Amino acid sequence: MSRRNKISNGIGYAILIVISIIWLFPFVCLVLQSFRSYILEPGGQVNYLLPKTFSLDSYKFLFDPESKFFRWYGNTLIIATFVSVLQTIFVLMVSYALSRMRFKGREFLMRFWLVLGMFPGFLSMICLYFLLKQFGLTQAGAIPGLILIGFASSGMGYYVCKGYFDTIPKSLDEAARIDGANRFQVFTIMLIPLSKPIIIYTALVAFMAPWCDYIFASYIAFGYSDSYNVAVAMYRWVMTNDYQGYFTRFCAGGLLIAVPITILFMCLQKYYVEGVTGGAVKG
Amino acid sequence: MDKGKQPSGMGKIAGFFKWFGADIADIGTTFAKGNWMTKVSFLIMGFGPLLRKQFLRGIAFLAAEIAFICYMVFFGAGYLKDITTLGTQGRGFNPDGTVSYGDNSFLILLYSILSIIIIIAFIFVWRLNVRQNRNAERLLAEGKKLATVKQDFVSLLDEHFDKTLLALPVLGVFLFIVLPIAFMICVAFTNYDATHQAPAQLFTWVGLQNFKDLFSFGTSGFGSTFVTILLWTIVWAFFATFLNYFLGMAVAILINKKGIKFKKLWRTILVMTIAVPQFVSLLYIGKMFAPDGLVNGYLMRWGLIDSAIPFWQDPTLAKILIIVLNCWVGIPYIMLICTGLLMNIPADLYESARIDGANAFQMFRKITLPYMLFVTGPFLLTQFTGNLNNFNIIYLLSGGGPTSMSLNGGAGYTDLLVTWLYKLTLNDTNYKMASVIGIMVFLVTAIISLVVYNILPSVKDEEGFQ
Repeated sequence: MSRRNKISNGIGYAILIVISIIWLFPFVCLVLQSFRSYILEPGGQVNYLLPKTFSLDSYKFLFDPESKFFRWYGNTLIIATFVSVLQTIFVLMVSYALSRMRFKGREFLMRFWLVLGMFPGFLSMICLYFLLKQFGLTQAGAIPGLILIGFASSGMGYYVCKGYFDTIPKSLDEAARIDGANRFQVFTIMLIPLSKPIIIYTALVAFMAPWCDYIFASYIAFGYSDSYNVAVAMYRWVMTNDYQGYFTRFCAGGLLIAVPITILFMCLQKYYVEGVTGGAVKG
Repeated sequence: MDKGKQPSGMGKIAGFFKWFGADIADIGTTFAKGNWMTKVSFLIMGFGPLLRKQFLRGIAFLAAEIAFICYMVFFGAGYLKDITTLGTQGRGFNPDGTVSYGDNSFLILLYSILSIIIIIAFIFVWRLNVRQNRNAERLLAEGKKLATVKQDFVSLLDEHFDKTLLALPVLGVFLFIVLPIAFMICVAFTNYDATHQAPAQLFTWVGLQNFKDLFSFGTSGFGSTFVTILLWTIVWAFFATFLNYFLGMAVAILINKKGIKFKKLWRTILVMTIAVPQFVSLLYIGKMFAPDGLVNGYLMRWGLIDSAIPFWQDPTLAKILIIVLNCWVGIPYIMLICTGLLMNIPADLYESARIDGANAFQMFRKITLPYMLFVTGPFLLTQFTGNLNNFNIIYLLSGGGPTSMSLNGGAGYTDLLVTWLYKLTLNDTNYKMASVIGIMVFLVTAIISLVVYNILPSVKDEEGFQ
């Protein structure tokens, strides 16, 4: 029995080690390549992993004010922070109303939003671009425009949060209301402190999305490089501009972007797991 | 047979007309029996509440009416009158060389839709105004007091708190989703494309012509391209969902296995993929399989191949590679979800199965899998529809390529409907076909969701595993 267990555990470890190597391999490559000099060893993805000489050329380039890298970084950080805060507020508001209150049109609203969600999001792209342009929120004003796009319709993503609210017993609300609290007080004083995990989950997901947003960001900021976010700028480096020349700089930039976000994510991982699992089970 | 539990389609329609008739009748009685304040309110909204000292409501209604009239007179009507033609006079030049500004189909269509929605909203507000007048009269007749301005304000934080909460989110969804989608649905019935760019060249209604183009199988029609891409979209969504699901579950079971140590470490390694922004990891991995990428470079250096494998240039290879690489992205996510759920399965189920002599595979098939499928059924459905529209993976890895002369509209063999839509919009400015594709995506998603939702075990039998 124990021998069989040992063998099966051994196989298990072997598989896990192989999996780990596969999953970590691209990141290791990315880190190694970012230390290759784009001047001494030019080229895109070369056919060797360890750079011949260790160099910080790519990082020097990024930290040079002329490269605009930190402007793009700042843009994305601003967008992500605002979207994260505003989206969380919107989602909480909608979730409370739909979970705790019964009003006329509630069913209709939920069904209507469900159907709306089946349309591909960027079908609305051209029209949104025009609307934002009317208010000067494209190109030079793309940052507030992208914040607006990020959170304005976020009320539709209430599912996970409402599911969480539904699990908080309603008797708590009723007790508070008997003590003289109105619904606003029940919401702000009682329910929000109880919902810390889901608030962190919502904020975290909302914060991470703008870092990957390519579709709207490239369209709204079109041709105005001061308004790019990191995804658009990096994509342009390797896809439209000079791929061979910019590849190591892309690696270095990608690393500088990925490290803080990964650390943040790892710290809040517990809440993320709670959110996705809860959301998955409730559908 | 339990009658009346689910009204049939006809019943619903009949019910609607009944309700509608009753509502009209109700408006009539309110007018006939109402006093003069109510009657004036039919024309001047908020008149009744103002005289009854409900200033907040009165001013709100009056302001709504004034705003509506101003909007229609100075703005909406001008666009709405052209909705049948979408403009007749394009931008041109006067004989003296100056520019003469004509109509703009884009604006006409957009603002007409806005006006129509505003008119409908106004009718609702007007109906509310009538109802409030009647209720106020009734309350006064019963000798009760009407809500004061202060009470109105307070009620917005209590019994009417839902209105306060939902006002902004609903407005946001309306402006950023409903209005643009309504606009694009209309565009599907026009000839808005590269050669009809308002204001220089106007576009107009063409009926179902674009849908005919989509299903025409000639050399210039979109038919064969559409079918190719639709099939690939469904195949992709199927593999991306179920391959990830089963492999992810397998990894979760492996990590959960008794005797495996460092559980947290293994999970953390996998979760890295979720944490790192996709455009970094996917762009990098996509380049790894390029002709001059790392994989081909090493294979050639080791002498395993003579010339680079065309991973992204060969349609079949590209499709397989995308599905495989998607496992790299998707497995950690499924693993996280399954880990929590697997712990919820009562341990005594396995215990009794073991006593009965079941082996590991039998236990998986008879206990784990049914439970997981039951619990995650709706999640699988959302994963599937999400994968139908999985833009990032395709766009960052292959960009939809390889393209081909046999595909129309700039499509490539790994394009999904959504990435094709994106290309039609951005590269070809073929807005009319983009809209048609958008509607098709909606139809596919809606049909699959409806069909699957109705056969899900957890929907049919909610108590199944409790």
